[in-house]
Amino acid sequence: MSIIEKQKKEVTIRFAGDSGDGIQLTGSQFTSTTALSGNDLSTFPDYPAEIRAPAGTVAGVSGFQIHFGSKAIHTPGDMCDVLVVMNAAALKANLKFLKPGGIIIANTDGFGKKDLSLAKFAPNEAPIQDAKASGYIVIEIDVTKMTRESLKDTGLSLKDIDRSKNMFVLGVLYWLFSRPLDSTIQFLTRKFAKKPQVAEANIKALNDGFTYAIATELFSERYSVDAAPIEPGTYRNITGNDAIVLGIAAVAKRSEFPVFLGSYPITPASEILQGLSSLKNYGVTTFQAEDEIAAIASAIGASFGGSLGITTSSGPGIALKGEAMGLAIMLELPLVIVNVQRAGPSTGLPTKTEQSDLLQAFYGRAGEAPLAILSASSPADCFDVTYEACRIAVEHMIPVMLLTDGYIANGAEPWKLPKISELKPIDPRFEKARDNGQDDTPFLPYKRDENLVRPWAIPGTKGLAHRIGGLEKEHETGNISYDPDNHHMMTEMREKKRDMIANYIPDQQIDEGNENGKLLVVGWGSTYGTIKSAVYEAREEGLDASFLHLRYLNPFPKNLGKLLNGFEKILVPEINRGQLSKILKEQFLLPVEGFNRVRGVPLTVSELKEKIVQLCKA
Amino acid sequence: MSTQKTVNGSQGNGNLQAKDFASDQEVRWCPGCGDYTILKQVQNLMPKLGLDPENIVFIAGIGCSSRFPYYMNTFGIHGIHGRAPAIASGLKIARPDLSVWVVTGDGDALSIGGNHIIHLLRRNLDINVLLFNNEIYGLTKGQYSPTSPQGRVTKTSPTGSVDSPFNPLALALGANSSYVARAMDRDPKHLQIMLEHAAQHKGTSFLEIYQNCIVFNDGAFSPYTDKSLRDNTSLYLEDGQPLAFGADDAFGVRLDGYRPEIVDLRNGKWSKDDLWIHDQKDRNKGWLLTSLFDDNAKQGKLPRPFGVILAEERPTYERMVQEQIAATMEQLGDGDLEELLTGEETWTVK
Ligand code: SF4
Repeated sequence: MSIIEKQKKEVTIRFAGDSGDGIQLTGSQFTSTTALSGNDLSTFPDYPAEIRAPAGTVAGVSGFQIHFGSKAIHTPGDMCDVLVVMNAAALKANLKFLKPGGIIIANTDGFGKKDLSLAKFAPNEAPIQDAKASGYIVIEIDVTKMTRESLKDTGLSLKDIDRSKNMFVLGVLYWLFSRPLDSTIQFLTRKFAKKPQVAEANIKALNDGFTYAIATELFSERYSVDAAPIEPGTYRNITGNDAIVLGIAAVAKRSEFPVFLGSYPITPASEILQGLSSLKNYGVTTFQAEDEIAAIASAIGASFGGSLGITTSSGPGIALKGEAMGLAIMLELPLVIVNVQRAGPSTGLPTKTEQSDLLQAFYGRAGEAPLAILSASSPADCFDVTYEACRIAVEHMIPVMLLTDGYIANGAEPWKLPKISELKPIDPRFEKARDNGQDDTPFLPYKRDENLVRPWAIPGTKGLAHRIGGLEKEHETGNISYDPDNHHMMTEMREKKRDMIANYIPDQQIDEGNENGKLLVVGWGSTYGTIKSAVYEAREEGLDASFLHLRYLNPFPKNLGKLLNGFEKILVPEINRGQLSKILKEQFLLPVEGFNRVRGVPLTVSELKEKIVQLCKA
Repeated sequence: MSTQKTVNGSQGNGNLQAKDFASDQEVRWCPGCGDYTILKQVQNLMPKLGLDPENIVFIAGIGCSSRFPYYMNTFGIHGIHGRAPAIASGLKIARPDLSVWVVTGDGDALSIGGNHIIHLLRRNLDINVLLFNNEIYGLTKGQYSPTSPQGRVTKTSPTGSVDSPFNPLALALGANSSYVARAMDRDPKHLQIMLEHAAQHKGTSFLEIYQNCIVFNDGAFSPYTDKSLRDNTSLYLEDGQPLAFGADDAFGVRLDGYRPEIVDLRNGKWSKDDLWIHDQKDRNKGWLLTSLFDDNAKQGKLPRPFGVILAEERPTYERMVQEQIAATMEQLGDGDLEELLTGEETWTVK
């Protein structure tokens, strides 16, 4: 039988297995090799909610999806072309993500009687046979047996040998997609530098998987995906949370002030605290506080002392920080609050994604409490937005909330490394010392500049001793004031100061399409890739749809109203019940239609495109 | 500029006086409130620190006592209810060079801010905590607090509080505090000594100050603070000295095994040599001292100790943080941003 070689423009693969099957490692290795082959790509891990769910059960299934192609790729893909399953539970949990007629690569050793019962298949069910009958192409490999066979002479224990099963499968996939093995071989050599025997065994399993695919003529087709037209540069793969870590480190290194992170572990934001904890030589101090409130309060204390205070959390933790945010707004100190949103309310679905904290960001505090709000649109974008959030916080002496979510926090994509010299140092408004005799006018901590920004007067600076607090302050002096007109004025000023940030942010750009027309799709946050793909496809079909994606949510870019008014219809897709829709309607008095799903997962390109087509044709 | 010997050994500006640490703000406590004395004693202490006002920060939460920072001509934050320890922790970690003070009350520190105070104490940052205990919520006009004794009639306990109160010093000790002491507003001389001592301590010093709220809980501590009564009810601790109390040291406390008991020193049966000798480094005995928390309105009860119960040297949190940073710098050098951004694996698109 001769094998047919096929070119593909894009492919989505989903790896699934037990938590102990090394699925994430397999996925990330496939990702590295794919990136080195020049494809554009996007990935998403699907962790089980429980830390150690019983082996073999559906609750214990861990997944990893990669979408790659010879064209621009913006999402990890709605449905996959190839589903790799290490056991019955993995098939049960993931078959719904496989396209009709797609390929299943199944480890038959994971489909024994016990596995089927653990996965809660009925005794009369035969999932592999059923899948074949439903038109899927099923490639059956007894991975356990083959790996044991491959490594029987290594002298390793059976337990260690079984740990290499994932490399055998990866070898098969590398053959199927015509990929070189060398990047993974180098990785294994590095990873197991201290255990050369284990490194060798894994490399052998990888090689043997590759040759097994040739020798046994497992597949009738073999695929290749050409390099994508990607902007020249040096790239690395990055998750959203890691990009925030690097963004914060970059701020600390490029600025004259240090950074302080006060945080409390919470899913899905903990990786930021973890990542920064090991960057002690980068000018970032981390503090794992006793709770969410202490986390933000400590950041405020550090900001008072001349560091940029940052706190990171997710929805429920943000709710706890509300009162302290109000304090930071009154103190007019720089502060960055990162909210890696997750599905709520309450504990909700902690490992699942949602965009439902936008209204909390806008309004979730006591009193008139304006702060600035930014959002990140993709894993790599988290770096730039973090830097920008820190810039605004420091240069405008204001708390800034940065919204990301579980999807971009854990998802990964290639990131073009920035030029360090292009990362503009942030300019702190430090007030200078008043040495005796030179300036005997009293220091006014709330005297504002032309942008209504007050000075950053830090302890240790001669002549600047002053007291600030949560009580309303008198204009300029900052002394306690109960004067009604003063309170009115200060309330307005705090809001105006926030609004004036609009003078220091770029105009809103149209991402796809034109500045006017029939339909404008407006997005923010992690829906970027989905909306971009859906609008692109609709435009390919000749439809008059355009797309703009907001990074700056409060204040909005100054030209936003003008752009919105250039279209007959506005569609706002969000993973919530219509929060940006509500704000746009209220601010611009325009008819806005929402496209809202809250299933804990990203919107799919196909469902959104359907909506776009419907609106364009109506 | 002349220099003077200072509390913490630093050579500061010796020209400063207490009044230089008073701000221009009008003090707004009720006339006769115990807070006034404490403010005065803290201002008296300040020149002894040998620090210029800009190197001192007072941080408070919410409550009557928490207005304190406004009256000090230093840096200060009047924060939010219960969170002063957390704000102060962030500041002290970021700026170990500053002298940081937390002023708090029984409601602020032990009720809404209970979580923060215990974690501050266990971490042992070099922060001075002054807890003004008046056993009542004053600013909200008279509700029982977590230190109000059971049965206390207040606006929210018209038939007497059923809450069992905290013993603040035992709580602090339980949180592994390195420094635990008690003072009272009515004995400013002793208070001054305690403040000085607390300032000297390297680590979190927890000083509970009995403070009379003349409006809502007048006389709550009079059994211990009234000049006519306190001889027989209050025990002034001094390191290395026997636990004697009463007029002319008529009584003493001795240890019968681990059981403290009152002995009469007048009848010749017991002498000072038989008494419990205070050792402020002894944590076990510190436990016993904090347990002297009887209601002294009753006859024959053990006296309540004032003074330093425990003063233990152990590394401060911020010093350990600094040391880790220094060690990392030493080992890995000043972080290279380019290298960090590049990460482990990159590829180049031409
Ligand atoms: S209410 Fe009590 S504690 Fe508060 S200021 Fe008045 S007397 Fe002092």
